[in-house]
Amino acid sequence: MAVSGIKSRPVYPGLSPDPNARSNVVVCDVAGAEAVVELLTRADGAFARRTSIILSADGAGSEQAQALAKRLEPAGVEIASGLPAAISHLNAILDQASMGLRLYAAGSEPLIGSVVQAGLDHFIDHLSIRTEHRGSLKRRVQCVHCKGMTEDVTTNPVTCSHCGLLLLVRDHYSRRLAAFQGVCINAESPGERPEPNVEFP
Amino acid sequence: MVLAFKNETFRDDFTFSNSPESIRRFPFPFHEDKYMYAVNIEPHVPGPKGTVYEFPIDIDEHYVAEMRDREIVLAADPGRCQALPHMMTAQWDMLELLMTSMARDYPEHFSLTQDGDHWHWINRPLGIDQKFTFGDHTTLPYEPMEYIGRQCQGDFSIQDQRDGQLWMDAGIITTQADWSLDFDIGMNFFEWHGPVPLAHEAGVFERALKFLLNLQVGRPVRRLNWTMTINPRLDTSPENYHKWGIDRTTVTPENVGDKVHLRVELQGLWRLPRSNAILFSIRCYLIKMKELVTIPKWGRRLPRVLETLPPEIADYKGLTRYRQMTIDWLKKYDDGAPTSPGFGPD
Repeated sequence: MAVSGIKSRPVYPGLSPDPNARSNVVVCDVAGAEAVVELLTRADGAFARRTSIILSADGAGSEQAQALAKRLEPAGVEIASGLPAAISHLNAILDQASMGLRLYAAGSEPLIGSVVQAGLDHFIDHLSIRTEHRGSLKRRVQCVHCKGMTEDVTTNPVTCSHCGLLLLVRDHYSRRLAAFQGVCINAESPGERPEPNVEFP
Repeated sequence: MVLAFKNETFRDDFTFSNSPESIRRFPFPFHEDKYMYAVNIEPHVPGPKGTVYEFPIDIDEHYVAEMRDREIVLAADPGRCQALPHMMTAQWDMLELLMTSMARDYPEHFSLTQDGDHWHWINRPLGIDQKFTFGDHTTLPYEPMEYIGRQCQGDFSIQDQRDGQLWMDAGIITTQADWSLDFDIGMNFFEWHGPVPLAHEAGVFERALKFLLNLQVGRPVRRLNWTMTINPRLDTSPENYHKWGIDRTTVTPENVGDKVHLRVELQGLWRLPRSNAILFSIRCYLIKMKELVTIPKWGRRLPRVLETLPPEIADYKGLTRYRQMTIDWLKKYDDGAPTSPGFGPD
């Protein structure tokens, strides 16, 4: 079974400013915020003033998040407690959005995938979303057997957090699900339990 | 032709078998004694009487049992049949293509009466008599793709065409060779073929896509694909791999003839007239090694082909564990005599 080198694996070309966009919406996590700082330095002040940023703070303390927000000025920054809150905020913006909005995502793959998924739900072509991967290589994995999602996966194989099967994490990726595929690793050798390796630190 | 439909199973006690006529018409996929990776697309034109190519949609002695197996799969896992909302026109295209083909080519078993949008469909083997309004899915018990998909052998996916790509945006998939519609729905041609080894580098998919984007209405094409399956199991889905994967470890030199099956997909591709989508049919034929070697040419050829299979392909098809054992068993039927060119029996 092919594990790596699979063409559905997304590529993230990196952030670049769209000077023609009437408004810009950026979703990032703490690691991705560094890419957004670089994006803003490559653009002018007018670009920054047309830009709203949703920062998913995750575990970061409020002081660290506030300090990051300061570095992103003059863009407007909303701090969300974590990825679900950030995406729900994004959905609220996209529900009201009009033509000329450009969407950006920077940070972990689950964050980028969730932003692209929200974009698709609002009929935004995935190739038009500007993305940059920063920070952890952790993945969201869908168990092909029980369909449950396991979040923040860093090891391969990984135990499904729903049905408990030991899953081989493949590079096969679904944009619709924003997840990689996990397939039972020991179906043909039920007694064996290969040791999990940290492959996605 | 009146078919005698067999009462048989594709799970649990696995009573599936082929009649001698069914063996002779099996779409053996190798035209020479070695393996060669090829797109091998040809026009889907009518073939000789009695062959699987005689009609665009092939119905055979396994029809009723296969439809029963599909019903079992869908009851346990409704996600095997899904369509994105923009695919409704294409669903109707598919229903029209299948109903008109089946009624025209198997009038003993199926009839279709069309009076404008008022259609009357009769499926005698399954005991169905349905009047409905074409274009109004509320007049059918299921959406059109699922309705007709539950009455036609073979898996079906429907590809939307846009931005110079094909997108797998609908399908009814219950007899698949280890790929998941639920995971792949919404993907483009390169993405859903992502896990296939070697072919991307060989440019196979780029050429195939270019060809398919230009497929014309009324000029369908077909190709054969193959793998091997342990036991005559139709539902070799990734969803249930944790249940059937273990079967691959049960092959012994004594049971190869009964356990190991060649699984051939007759894949058809049709441009659909209203939606401009492409219907992809994946019609699965199974034959156990014991049945296969009753055709001497195939008994000679299959072990020779299996010996030339690249390891990556054997691994992708899941044959690695039992390939050598199968070759060793088949070798008893290979006297070394030359084989005639072409697919069919001598």
